[in-house]
Amino acid sequence: MEQTQYELNKGLAQMLKGGVIMDVTTPEQAKIAEEAGACAVMALERIPADIRAAGGVSRMSDPKMIKGIQNAVSIPVMAKCRIGHFVEAQILQAIEIDYIDESEVLSPADDVYHIDKTAFKVPFVCGARDLSEALRRINEGAAMIRTKGEPGTGDVVQAVRHMRKMNAQIRQLGSMKKDELFEAAKQLQVPYELALYVHENGKLPVVNFAAGGVATPADAALMMQLGAEGVFVGSGIFKSGNPAKRAAAIVQAVTNYTDAALIASLSEDLGEAMVGINPEEIKLIMEERGQ
Amino acid sequence: MRNIKIGVLALQGAFIEHEHMLTDLGAVCTEIRQPCDLQGIDGIVLPGGESTVQGQLLYKSGLFTPLRKLISDGLPTLGTCAGLILMAQEISSSVAHLGTLPVTVKRNAYGRQLSSFVTEQPIAGIGNYPMIFIRAPYIERADENVEILAKVDGNIVAVKCRNQIGLSFHPELSENSNIHEWFLSQCEK
Repeated sequence: MEQTQYELNKGLAQMLKGGVIMDVTTPEQAKIAEEAGACAVMALERIPADIRAAGGVSRMSDPKMIKGIQNAVSIPVMAKCRIGHFVEAQILQAIEIDYIDESEVLSPADDVYHIDKTAFKVPFVCGARDLSEALRRINEGAAMIRTKGEPGTGDVVQAVRHMRKMNAQIRQLGSMKKDELFEAAKQLQVPYELALYVHENGKLPVVNFAAGGVATPADAALMMQLGAEGVFVGSGIFKSGNPAKRAAAIVQAVTNYTDAALIASLSEDLGEAMVGINPEEIKLIMEERGQ
Repeated sequence: MRNIKIGVLALQGAFIEHEHMLTDLGAVCTEIRQPCDLQGIDGIVLPGGESTVQGQLLYKSGLFTPLRKLISDGLPTLGTCAGLILMAQEISSSVAHLGTLPVTVKRNAYGRQLSSFVTEQPIAGIGNYPMIFIRAPYIERADENVEILAKVDGNIVAVKCRNQIGLSFHPELSENSNIHEWFLSQCEK
C-alpha cells in the first residue's frame, strides 16, 4: 500500500470521530441506524450476542447481504473478516467495502499471524486490549484502532479496562527519557519508531474508538470521557426494546459527552436495554483472540 | 496571538484538526455544540465528517436556526467536505440542510473509500494546493454570483460566495495552512 493511500485511510477514520458506528444485519436496520445518526454501519450476518449464543465457527458475511446494506445507505459501510483470513479481506476489498474490521468477534482463521494489511488498498480497523497490541496492529497496516471489549455481552467493563490500560501506557511512554524508549519498545514488542511517535505525540498515530459492551448513552459518554474518539455499538442497539430511540440517544450522548444534564434526559424512557451477561458467566472469551 | 475568535462546529467529525491549524495561526478557537456557544465569534468552520449525522445534530442541538441566521447575515464561514454539504442550497438525491450557499452538491461524488485521492491543483488567489479528497462531494452547479476557485477534472471543488467559502476537500488534513490563513484574514475584515 502506498503511503498516500494509508494517509487517506487514516483520514477517513478522522472523519468518523465523535460518531457512533452501529452493527446492522439487514438493509432495514442500516436505514434505522443512518436515520438515528450513525456515522457508519458494520454489516454482519449476526450481531455478536447472537454469534455467542449460536456457537460454532463464525465467518465473513455473505457478500450479497453486505451489498444490500451498501445500497441502502449513503454513510460508510464496514464489514468483518476473520483474524488472519486475508482472502476474506480480498473479497471485501473486491466489493469496495469502506473499512474492514479484522475482528476477534469472528472465529480466528490463523492463530499466529494477522493479515498483512499493508498489502491492501482498503483501510482496516483492528481491536486492541493494550498499547502493545495496538501498535503491532498499526505496524501491520491498521488505519484505525478500537478497544476489544468483550463483544456481545452488554457489559462495558472490558472496554473500560482496555481504554484505561492503553492510555496509562501512552502516558508512561510520554514521561520516559528518550534513551529509555529502546527498552520500552522491546518490552512492548513493538517497533521503536512507533514507540517514539507515542512518546512525542502522547497519542496513537491513528484514531482510537471504544468497542465492546456499550449499551446505554451513559456507557458511550463514559468511554468518551475516558479518551475514546468515538464508539462502536454492536448488540446494544438492535438487542434492545426501542432501537431507533436508543441509537439516536447514544449518538447525542457521544457529541455531548460531558453534559450530564443532557445525558440524563437522553437516558429517559429508552425501553429495555439488552439483558447482557457478565464476562464471568461466559465460556468463550473473544478478547483473547489475536494478540 | 491574534485577537480573533473562531467557532468550530463540534457535533461530529474532524473538528480538532481545524482547531490545531487555526490555533497555530494565532486564532482562539471555541467548540460549538449548543446555541449559547455561538456568542461573540468572528467566524465559523463547518468541518468534515458525516453530513447526515451533523445535519441531524444541528436540529437536535437547536443550532440550526441561529447558525443559519448568522451565516445569512454575513458571518465568515469555511465549510470543508461535509461542511460544504451542510451549506449547499441543494443536494442531489437528498434534502438540503442549512442551504445558505447557492450551489448544488453531489454527495460521495467520487464513489467509495477506494476512490479517495490526493491531487495538487491551483486554487484562485491561493496557488497550488495539496487537495485531499475522502469520499468527497463536488459541486454540480453554482449560481452566477458564486466565484469558482478551483476545478478538478472539470468538476467544481472550491467556491466563494460573499462570506462563505466551500471546499470539497480537507485543508485541515494537509500541512499547508494557506487556506486557513486566508479565511482568518476574511474574519479580521
